[in-house]
Amino acid sequence: MRKMLTIISTVLRGNAGKNGARAVVAARTYADFTQQATFDIKKCDVHKLEEGPPLTSTLTREDGLKYYRTMQTMRRMELKADQLYKQKIIRGFCHLYDGQEACAVGIEAGINLTDHLITAYRAHGYTLTRGGTVREIMAELTGRRGGIAKGKGGSMHMYAKNFYGGNGIVGAQVPLGAGVALACKYQEKNELCVCLYGDGAANQGQIFETYNMASLWKLPCIFICENNKYGMGTSVERAAASTDYYKRGDFIPGLRVDGMDVLCVKEATKFAADFCRSGKGPILMELQTYRYHGHSMSDPGVSYRTREEIQEVRSKSDPISMLKDRMLNNNMASVEELKEIDIEVRKEIEDAAQFATTDPEPPLEDLCNHIFYNEPPMDVRGTNPWSKLKSMS
Amino acid sequence: MAALRCFLRSGKNAVAAGLRREIHQTAPASLQVTVRDALNQAMDEELERDDRVFLLGEEVAQYDGAYKVSRGLWKKYGDKRIIDTPITEMGFAGIAVGSAMAGLRPICEFMTFNFSMQAIDQVINSAAKTYYMSAGLQSVPIVFRGPNGASAGVAAQHSQCFAAWYGHCPGLKVVSPWNSEDARGLLKSAIRDDNPVVFLENELMYGVPFELSEEAQSKDFTVPIGKAKIERQGNHITLVSHSRMVGHCLDAAAVLAKEGIECEVINLRTIRPMDIETIEASVIKTNHLVTVEGGWPQFGVGAEICARIMEGPAFNYLDAPAVRVTGVDIPMPYAKILEDHSVPQIKDIMFSVKKTLNV
Repeated sequence: MRKMLTIISTVLRGNAGKNGARAVVAARTYADFTQQATFDIKKCDVHKLEEGPPLTSTLTREDGLKYYRTMQTMRRMELKADQLYKQKIIRGFCHLYDGQEACAVGIEAGINLTDHLITAYRAHGYTLTRGGTVREIMAELTGRRGGIAKGKGGSMHMYAKNFYGGNGIVGAQVPLGAGVALACKYQEKNELCVCLYGDGAANQGQIFETYNMASLWKLPCIFICENNKYGMGTSVERAAASTDYYKRGDFIPGLRVDGMDVLCVKEATKFAADFCRSGKGPILMELQTYRYHGHSMSDPGVSYRTREEIQEVRSKSDPISMLKDRMLNNNMASVEELKEIDIEVRKEIEDAAQFATTDPEPPLEDLCNHIFYNEPPMDVRGTNPWSKLKSMS
Repeated sequence: MAALRCFLRSGKNAVAAGLRREIHQTAPASLQVTVRDALNQAMDEELERDDRVFLLGEEVAQYDGAYKVSRGLWKKYGDKRIIDTPITEMGFAGIAVGSAMAGLRPICEFMTFNFSMQAIDQVINSAAKTYYMSAGLQSVPIVFRGPNGASAGVAAQHSQCFAAWYGHCPGLKVVSPWNSEDARGLLKSAIRDDNPVVFLENELMYGVPFELSEEAQSKDFTVPIGKAKIERQGNHITLVSHSRMVGHCLDAAAVLAKEGIECEVINLRTIRPMDIETIEASVIKTNHLVTVEGGWPQFGVGAEICARIMEGPAFNYLDAPAVRVTGVDIPMPYAKILEDHSVPQIKDIMFSVKKTLNV
């Protein structure tokens, strides 16, 4: 007890480090942890906005543990996918999200599950935050019947409620997202759509077409560019005449956000969501983030960037470490507690991987199903004229 | 009132127009309705029936439609449901598909299907394939409609037929109406369908009036997608066609009848899923087949019909090879004499029939 009070008073005496905080001590719980703390966060650059998101973010212990667990789950899940891919149990495309966890978790923290979200192919993290389970995600990667899309979609085509994938064609998801936002406005449910794309996609024409219509029609759409500095193997400097992605919406207000800090992303998303919900139309956020893996599993990721660069980001800006340090330094959690979470996460991933490798592949009867919705059974031509396969709705 | 105005504007046979909506004591008789008006009424009725239905495209609202197909709709339904878009096909087609994914039922108009090429990724990869990729989690109830194929004097970039291109893809339904009953019934079915439907109209048919039976005028009249119609019975040869060419086939059949040749004319109505059973039954009866289309020959609608006939029970009943009458295998020229010779004429159909029958 005494020890706890000493720690708390030390913090209060204010040693403002990188994660300097003013700690607010709430009522003591049996665990004597700080129940919530307010942290300084990086200021966002703004475009066509009078002011940006707040410069501080208040984090409760409960939320902190939740974000930590989710980010850690995401990280471990992606690393397991890497392993399974190298064992050839996952095949085809596999675009991993490790390093970018703060984006997915921070965004979800700033919106509701009743809001909508769509992204491109680096989608496993979002499938998780939108309600998919690790089991379903991994089984989809291994192409099994227990997969979230019954094994028929694969890495890039995972769906959940109010989550429209997982889209393989670069940039195509952006007009789709604005369409979802149109439906939100039309149906008057005060919902919005978060529409994600990468720095590579940011130069696509259809995105500018979408900016135009979203702005004209004041669609409740948050456009988010996840700038991880490389579009496949091409650095942003080599692909874009202007790398100020948050300004590329021109007439659409924009924010440039530290995408490695989950609190920064959360505050920016809340700010953006308020903007949209007030009927002002779309807003654009650029999240500056980083991916540890290459573009996909077929890209080692070191031919166009140095190992030193990757290592530097890992040691100085890792999103999970940042949150962990903040919580430990402010007595919001103990080392043991976080270790406990790590162990639980590891187990969850192991179980999921076990399921994903042992669940059977989809039955052949499922081959021609799901062509049309709400349709009587029909015949589909097989590989030869005598092969008539059954298709159910 | 809007209906009355638009009937009167269509000139020709507008007399009975007033009877339909205004006077209820007299039972409605059959009516002369242009294809344009049939499409207009179908959309009007479906917009009224279901709040989630809306129309978007270039000039569909305040201009009343580039070809006046959506005349009066904006005045009646307003900005929320009839939306003018900028000239950005890829963008607005994607927006339409996204809105369908999130619970609405959009009608996405392409001013002509030539421009759909700019948006074809959204039609195929975002709309057609999604229900399958998501294993049934995400449906896309959308209609893409607009004029398809050759018009008059609009030259190469504005005259292509896309029946074969869209007909190639699983996950899409592709429909090609000929007359007003087709247009009305198929559009209503398409809008009520929970899947992506490509609805191929024909500009040259918009102004053509056809008789609409009493039954066809009813608000719940629909023509089932996937079922062909036998427009004319005959015993000597089967002619299969879609869209405007159906009219050409009927005209050719009328002339051939005078020479004692009785053609059975089948109006496909739907390109995908194709009603091959109706064609097979007809070929089994007539033993001869000629397909007629406006599009290019290679990998076309006719090619598919011939392949399927060969693979099915009707092959054994053929007394001569099945042949295709198609557009000429060239980009569409401008000069009238050249344009006229780029698409099947009645004499081409008659020639092919006689060659097949060896007369």
